[in-house]
Amino acid sequence: MERRVVITGMGCITPLGHDVETVWRRLLAADCGIAPTTLFDARTFPSSFSAEVKSFSLQKCLGADAEKHRGASRNSQFALGAAVSAWKNAGLDTYMGLDPTRVGIYLGGGEGPNDFDPCAAAALAGCLDDAGELMPLDTVRWADTARKVFDAVNELEQEPCCAGGHLAVQFNAQGPNFNTLTACAASTQAIGEARHIIRYGDADLMISGGTHSMIHPLGVTGFNRLTALSTRNDSCLTASRPFDRTRDGFVLGEGAGVVILEELEHARRRGANILAEIIGFGSTADAFRITDIHEEGRGGIAAMQAALDSAGITAADVDYISAHGTGTEENDKIETLAIRRLFGEHAKKVAISSIKSMMGHLIAAAGVVELITCVLAIRDNIVPPTINYANPDPNCDLDYVPNEARKMPVRIALSNSFGFGGQNDALIVRGITD
Amino acid sequence: MTSSGRVVVTGLGLATPIGIGIETFWEALLEKRCGLRRIEAFDPSGLPAQIAGELPSFSLRDFIPKTYRKSAKVMSRDIEIAVVSAYYAVKDAGLNTKCVIDRGEAPEPANVDSRRFGANIGAGLICADLPELAGALSTAAVEDRRFSLAKWGEEGMTNLTPLWLLKFLPNMLACHVTIVHDAQAPSNTITCGEASSHIAIGEAYRTIARGDADVCICGGAESKVNPMAMIRPWLFGWLNLDSNESPGDAIHPFNPRRNGTAAAEGGGLVILESLEHARKRRARIYAEIVGFGAGTNVESWSRPDPRGRGISLSLRNALTDAGIDPERVDLVAPFGTGIETYDAAEAAGWADLFGDRLQDVPAMVTRANVGNNGAGSGAIDFAAVTMALYNNTVPPSLNTTGPGAACSFHFAQNDPVDSKITYALSAGHALVGGQSAALVIRRFQE
Repeated sequence: MERRVVITGMGCITPLGHDVETVWRRLLAADCGIAPTTLFDARTFPSSFSAEVKSFSLQKCLGADAEKHRGASRNSQFALGAAVSAWKNAGLDTYMGLDPTRVGIYLGGGEGPNDFDPCAAAALAGCLDDAGELMPLDTVRWADTARKVFDAVNELEQEPCCAGGHLAVQFNAQGPNFNTLTACAASTQAIGEARHIIRYGDADLMISGGTHSMIHPLGVTGFNRLTALSTRNDSCLTASRPFDRTRDGFVLGEGAGVVILEELEHARRRGANILAEIIGFGSTADAFRITDIHEEGRGGIAAMQAALDSAGITAADVDYISAHGTGTEENDKIETLAIRRLFGEHAKKVAISSIKSMMGHLIAAAGVVELITCVLAIRDNIVPPTINYANPDPNCDLDYVPNEARKMPVRIALSNSFGFGGQNDALIVRGITD
Repeated sequence: MTSSGRVVVTGLGLATPIGIGIETFWEALLEKRCGLRRIEAFDPSGLPAQIAGELPSFSLRDFIPKTYRKSAKVMSRDIEIAVVSAYYAVKDAGLNTKCVIDRGEAPEPANVDSRRFGANIGAGLICADLPELAGALSTAAVEDRRFSLAKWGEEGMTNLTPLWLLKFLPNMLACHVTIVHDAQAPSNTITCGEASSHIAIGEAYRTIARGDADVCICGGAESKVNPMAMIRPWLFGWLNLDSNESPGDAIHPFNPRRNGTAAAEGGGLVILESLEHARKRRARIYAEIVGFGAGTNVESWSRPDPRGRGISLSLRNALTDAGIDPERVDLVAPFGTGIETYDAAEAAGWADLFGDRLQDVPAMVTRANVGNNGAGSGAIDFAAVTMALYNNTVPPSLNTTGPGAACSFHFAQNDPVDSKITYALSAGHALVGGQSAALVIRRFQE
């Protein structure tokens, strides 16, 4: 018999709060988590603001267990915080019947934040001559300083699979432990692949989601050089404007989201509270250009189509789309086009919103937090808004749920994530009906 | 196409310090060649370990269509290795992909449907090109040789090319490979250190078996030959610091002489295909994949578990998936970093499953030949094991000892050994994170 995969627990650490219900309440209230950057002095950067996770404490999330994870990077800490809360939400903190060899992990974990100060110090040591003038890198001088300034734990924590390692120790998860890093699509991909692992039978329960913080000097530099970020430094609260004609890029966020995925019968046997079922997943590559999305949304359409096919439903069955909706000129235009092409007549009727308007772009962690909001939309029959929507764009002519949350029946929701380099992923969730 | 769910290996493409291309690599392996040398890519004299496994020189334009040369400018070394491996893999498989056709090496049409052609590629924590990044950062120096973040934000960062970030996103390996060869089906990028390639190949195997693709290009690539990538393992105490004068002696897997590992670059991509698809185009079949399993160290994310429990679970899961007992395995291929604690954990993990019989099963390890290629390591090992099985030949394992009290495995010493191989078991383990994955390969039979 086919193994069905359900969500039985959710947790998140985001710029709008450290627990699912607070974040949900603030999203429905059209609240915004964007502010001037405080993690480093970004005042002269083209983008001096971001959506930071505020006043996070691993100690608060984990209690005495926090000590076990000493040295954990911001990524690993967020992942632990989100996972502990999802674990509790799933009732697993009081359940003793798990077979640890049947519990796995699949994260879209980003690389840990770069340790910038030693990086800059070694660079200057290697590239400035004795008079302080620039010279081509002398690797001997660089190495001399590098050997002294870099810290082993900070470097080790940059490995993208390190967060998954922390979770394995915390939850005694001995099964498959994979990490994908398909850029901005990573946590959507992780959840889709984790579902495959349960369906195949390699695990009964998977801790899945993503974690990422790129709010550090090199992260912001990278996106600023790509001109991908909004530069509305004087009005950061309204800087993230998905689908609005005046959009000028995304706002960098950070955080983590974790969902507990479980085989349906496994969940029923232990009397778990089933929040939703994941019924479809599609993953494709644009195979087009490294810098541009395929003009006709070929890969995005194919990913959504594959997700619909695997769910055994048609586009007309979808009530709500949590858009990738980054607020870049190109993404929003092509995502709209892809939805219009695939959904036909129904495209005008489906509610679409981008929570990136409120919490920025959590990069590898974006997809899972968006999927969590899809589950909550189904639970409460209300969809979050796209805020800062004021100026219609002829290229973006669908219903983006502008500025205010909307009460509406939501049975089936689709969540899109598209990564740099043409990586497309889509997940479909449904409330539990039988 | 009706599918039996069977998945076969039809192409092997490698880029390793002992040879580029599967045949060159295999011959070098049989001859016990070592690819570790004093580093030539940069002056290593300031580093504690000054040796590494570097690739023989190559020209990227031999592996991409002419129209793609511009994009080559935004490839980090890791991406280049993946692109080179991809070319060798599709050529070895006789796949006429877009790249092969665009290069005028085969007529249209392609013999693989792009919408049924997937990719799953392991990648590492890609290091920035140090001369480029350090040079740019240093333009933000102010008085007293201090770095000024304000100056960097204002003007320094413009010294980096606009597409700078795209060189270092791990999924850009798959991005370039899927563009060059037009692979539009399910795509993934696995970042689990030295376990990445096994996971990527295992996932691609499952993707084809469940019918989501007909063909997948999968494996991994990484370069650790970069000053920053060499500082990290030194900080972790992994590198052998005593072999700067004798690079060939740097890695001694499962050998009492072991004293650490050596950084390297390299990787490989392999072509997996549904049996039906391979048959239809009369492809040469190297072997069949019949099992995939994974497990995790729950003792620590930064140190091996002395009992190797995550490793043994991954092996056990792979054998269960293949539906065979350990007794049926004719060739085992451990990872063998040469770092004492990791080798001990790995030996314990294998022994947990195989017991005393481990010393009787033919074994092979490539680490002393090619070094630690990070996310690319497993693809090299997988291809080597596939060749051993295909040719019924166990290659000698460089810098190992024969079986006995000192070594848990039965490595061939000086010469290749003829040995009938039906089932082979290959595994990879992340040095950071604790992930393990294993694959069971079977001699192909109709």
